[in-house]
Amino acid sequence: MKVFSLILTSLLLTLSAQADWLNFRGPSASGYDATATDLPTELNENTLAWKVPLPGRGLGSAVVIGDKLFVSAASGPEQKQLHVLCFNAVDGSPVWERRFWATGRTMSHNKTCVAAPTPASDGERIYALYSSNDLVCLDLDGNLIWMRGLTLDYPNASNSLGMSSSPIVAGDTLVAQIENDSESFAAGFDLITGTNKWKIDRPKAANWCSPTVLTIGGDEVVALQSSKGVLGVVPATGSALFEYTDGASTIPSSTPAGDTLYIPSNGLTSITVKPDGSEPIKHWTESAQRPGTASPLVLGDKVYTISSAGVLNCANRETGERLWRIRLEPGEGSDSETPVGAFSGSPVAGGGNHIYVFSESGVGLIVDVSGEEGEVVSFIELGETILATPSLTRGALYIRSDRHLWRFGK
Amino acid sequence: MKPALAFLALLVLSFIPIRAIHAAAWTEPLTQIKMVGPEGAGNVEAAEAWSALTSQGAEIIVPVLAAMETAGPLARNWMRSAIETVFEREHATSAELPTSDIKAFLIERDNEPDARRLAFDLYLKLAPEDAAVLIPTFVDDPSPPLRREAIAQLISQGQALLDEGKTEESAALLRDALDAAREVDQIKEVAELLREKLEQPVDLPRQFGFLMYWHLIAPFDNTGREGFDTVYSPEEAIQLNASYPGKDGKQVSWETYSTSDEYGMVDFNPSYSPLKEVVGYAYTEFNSAAEQNVQLRLGCKNAWKIWLNGELLFGRDEYHRGIRIDQYQLPALLKEGKNTLLVKACQDAQTQDWTVEWQFQLRVCDSSGTAILSTDRKPTPEAAAPARRKGSE
Repeated sequence: MKVFSLILTSLLLTLSAQADWLNFRGPSASGYDATATDLPTELNENTLAWKVPLPGRGLGSAVVIGDKLFVSAASGPEQKQLHVLCFNAVDGSPVWERRFWATGRTMSHNKTCVAAPTPASDGERIYALYSSNDLVCLDLDGNLIWMRGLTLDYPNASNSLGMSSSPIVAGDTLVAQIENDSESFAAGFDLITGTNKWKIDRPKAANWCSPTVLTIGGDEVVALQSSKGVLGVVPATGSALFEYTDGASTIPSSTPAGDTLYIPSNGLTSITVKPDGSEPIKHWTESAQRPGTASPLVLGDKVYTISSAGVLNCANRETGERLWRIRLEPGEGSDSETPVGAFSGSPVAGGGNHIYVFSESGVGLIVDVSGEEGEVVSFIELGETILATPSLTRGALYIRSDRHLWRFGK
Repeated sequence: MKPALAFLALLVLSFIPIRAIHAAAWTEPLTQIKMVGPEGAGNVEAAEAWSALTSQGAEIIVPVLAAMETAGPLARNWMRSAIETVFEREHATSAELPTSDIKAFLIERDNEPDARRLAFDLYLKLAPEDAAVLIPTFVDDPSPPLRREAIAQLISQGQALLDEGKTEESAALLRDALDAAREVDQIKEVAELLREKLEQPVDLPRQFGFLMYWHLIAPFDNTGREGFDTVYSPEEAIQLNASYPGKDGKQVSWETYSTSDEYGMVDFNPSYSPLKEVVGYAYTEFNSAAEQNVQLRLGCKNAWKIWLNGELLFGRDEYHRGIRIDQYQLPALLKEGKNTLLVKACQDAQTQDWTVEWQFQLRVCDSSGTAILSTDRKPTPEAAAPARRKGSE
């Protein structure tokens, strides 16, 4: 009994020491969190901890802070009802819900929806951005701290196909890209008051990418990707630190790893940013690593991309050389009849050797990348459309479908 | 305090209505919340006010609902979340809630439409059976989300009668639903049932209030998308018998045009053949029975600008990201009598098959979506007739 208690205590201490999952693709918006351990190695009925219904659609991931989980949604005939929901992460029970009326345009392509962006957090507050350009800040208990109606302030800042860029907190600034064909901008918002700390014009072109955070000389720099390339800005001021101008995708986002950025540009391009703001060092460009909709993932000494055909590519992180590729489909012996199909959600990984990803048709996969070639080691059909990216923390994986929120693992 | 003074104080207090004493507890926070403004102005004070409101009990619910009448869209959201926070907390603890006051607020049609919808949601939780009884009374309600509930019920009943083979009763019910419906998806649903299942005629353009008769002039140059900001002659003065140099120096002149499209689509392509990097203008007149506030509701996937009586209302330089009815809802003030409307539609250089469209649809309605028709509205062009060009004037 003593041994069991010791093991249990040790496990609990390990899990409690793990980082929160605060925004789209977790730490630095990279999709990778080394502290996320004891994650499920199988997705099945036995590892499904709970499943709860959601009041509306959403593409945004779950934000997990301690034992609370936050997710946004939109509902109603024209998606004019905006929701922020808080659940108990342990048992899935509802904690609170706040609802708001959209103040901006809610039109979007049928595939996406108004609650496409993932909320962001600084660990004390939740910042929920919607395609309608409504930006809401609540504390973890659901108290309203501030609201912005960015379309009220900037009437032509919208995209009739829908916006999806997820904001991120860097230092004491919330950074959001409100980029579109018309009134296109990025801004830094004060975490406490919601006022603009800065606002800069951005290329007048539709853009669905999310900002990521590089660490350069110990300082955080936010990378703003667009069709023109990547602009690195100081989060507190919005002043430019570096610029990559060789173009980039407007759908999959860049992936940071320290001071290096893996950009969906001409396939995939690796650059390292220098603290003095001089021209970034370009390491390689590899057209064969071109990602589809999902963003790249860096894990150990490798970089992974998922092509638009649903193929997982693995490349040497230093050279861009392809090491292997596998089609993301059930392993041998599977009797699944559901085509895995395309991927909108991005792959994520914790401290182990597993990559977690869900396809649009609602198929979840775990890929073991510890061997010479990746292997799909677990596979589950959830039977609902999933365009979201999983969240990983404290031994659990969270994923939201069009209608439900699911937890797998301890 | 001396006993006599204390007695006097009590006597004075006894003449102050209880409601007035309580009012002070929410009046100041509501005043503060109403002051939220552009670019985050007033957020800090509003958060304090929100906290002050939500620390109170259920007595704040109806006063806060009432305060929405004079609040902007952001302030209404602050108020809504305060109401729901208090309601959920008090409801969970089985505290006494102002059920009859909420109902009274709900059924008073002069109250703010969204606030009434919120009151309905609350009332539905407090008295679900009585709330359900109220739904049919919303059929002509000025609050669009409440009216939607009643229309949905009518459609469902009409469908049920149809399924039972009671076509006459179904047609009558669905006709009522069509007359009352204001939201696009419901109008489409009813029209489809009436036409396809009951072979009933439906004049959708009139139902929506689409503008079907125009004068068109095109093409002007939009190379490099610069035409959006270029002021061509039609923006300076409307002279329907004039001609101007258009793209590549070719003379262009106004032509009369009508559309028979179900949803009022004004399409430049049939008249001018599919072109790229061009600007077209459409002009029409609208006779208003009185000076009135209206909404001009536009759908357009090209870059566009719109002028009412020579004043620019709005413009948007987005190309080919989608179109739908009521995509843009522009508040406007019509004067009594003749009003002029000018629409500029720009086509860009994209060559994909989903970038061919060079068109828009425009209707005039009130804020609930009820069509407002020109006093001299002409009959809707017959659906069978293709969009036609009648030649120069």
